[in-house]
Amino acid sequence: MYQWDFGILWSYRWLFLNGLGVTVGFTVVIVVLGLVFGLFGAFGSLSRFKAVRLTALTFIEAFRCTPILVQLIWFYYALPILAGVEMTPITASALALSLYGGSFYSEIIRGGIISIDKGQSEAGAALGMTPGQSMRRIVLPQAIKRMIPALMNQSIIQFKNTSLVSVLAVPDLVYQSQVAAHDSYRPLETYTAVAVAYAAILIPLTIIVRRGEKRLAVSE
Amino acid sequence: MSETSKIEIRALRKSFGSNEVLKSISLDVAKGGVVALIGPSGSGKSTLLRCINLLVVPDGGSVRVGDTSFAFGDGSKLPGVKTLARFRATTGMVFQHFNLFPHMTTLQNVMEGPVTVRRMAKADAEKLARAQLAKVGLAEKADQYPATLSGGQKQRVAIARALAMEPDVMLFDEATSALDPELVGEVLNVIQQLASEGMTMVIVTHEIAFAREVADRLIFMRDGIVVEEGPARQVIDNPQEAATRAFLSHFHRTGALPPANAVS
Repeated sequence: MYQWDFGILWSYRWLFLNGLGVTVGFTVVIVVLGLVFGLFGAFGSLSRFKAVRLTALTFIEAFRCTPILVQLIWFYYALPILAGVEMTPITASALALSLYGGSFYSEIIRGGIISIDKGQSEAGAALGMTPGQSMRRIVLPQAIKRMIPALMNQSIIQFKNTSLVSVLAVPDLVYQSQVAAHDSYRPLETYTAVAVAYAAILIPLTIIVRRGEKRLAVSE
Repeated sequence: MSETSKIEIRALRKSFGSNEVLKSISLDVAKGGVVALIGPSGSGKSTLLRCINLLVVPDGGSVRVGDTSFAFGDGSKLPGVKTLARFRATTGMVFQHFNLFPHMTTLQNVMEGPVTVRRMAKADAEKLARAQLAKVGLAEKADQYPATLSGGQKQRVAIARALAMEPDVMLFDEATSALDPELVGEVLNVIQQLASEGMTMVIVTHEIAFAREVADRLIFMRDGIVVEEGPARQVIDNPQEAATRAFLSHFHRTGALPPANAVS
């Protein structure tokens, strides 16, 4: 029978906290940047111009249909060779994760917008609104309500996806725990604690999302 | 008539794919006139109505409302987004399914056009919106959301919303077709009141008795053409074309309007 000893992890507490800080900070950056890419992707794929639509669709499918782990490695190792673009591991992984998340956000935002009845934008147009005005005043306020649960869900996935940046030696929680595990010869305790840390942050978030969904269901 | 006409449509054509919905339609509406468009579904009457405020952009012909005119077809440039918006601001439209904005209160729905399109100050827009709501008998529903209103009330708010833009003409696209029978009267009453105030209106409707009562001219359309046109009573009481007679035989053509329920 394995003898658990979590006490040994205490001496690595600063390492873990550092890693957790990097993980949370990374998540904030890739969610915000991802939403920006997502907005461009969504409006691009709804554009009147075919060239813009095709560009947006190419971006979305390129990042949605390839594994994030491959993208991370490709951005860090292949871009310098192919395009001469040198990036630090942090820049490369932030960019890859933002674009990957952005491709999914694009589809969520696009789906939210087209789920609004066409009569709504027609009513806006009939009042004399430009397409931009009716998007801002009429369609988006209704669409955002429908997007929020899916956007939160995708952001939760993004939070966990940051664990992959450890392959580029970005010192996130998983990377630091690898260090701790090698040092202490206690991988079971280390990775169990890491799993608990991820869950401890995400479970409260999922509860908030579920409450939000219920409230939305009532108001519709 | 064309000298004083408020709306003038000439040789209007529109196709959706290979389906030719409007085949060279011409139409005049006098200032203060009320024209009813009737016809079986698929006759093109709703498309014609939507061409008047260019919610549907025609393939050919011309549209004039007041002093603004547009020509369509070979060699003419499609009007830009801003031009279209400015033009539509002068025409009010009421839809079959109300299309109220569900995320806004009744008052905000009516204020939206003046505030966003006409850049009116909020306080002025609110005063205007409350007056329009009072006009359709819904002053006390100002702070409720559309979801809490009955169909008839929703449609009256939609009329108030269109009137708040102080339009030159009003277009009604089967405004009572989605209503329970007992709620039709309250909406028709509001439309009738507008007619008596001299509002220029084009009304797509299946309420033949109402059209006979309120409209001064009636147009019967079928398959994208005007089959018969004339003074409303004359066409309804004494249709000349076989197709008009066949269509009208499905309706009670005279008699009282449906009773208006007491305004809640």
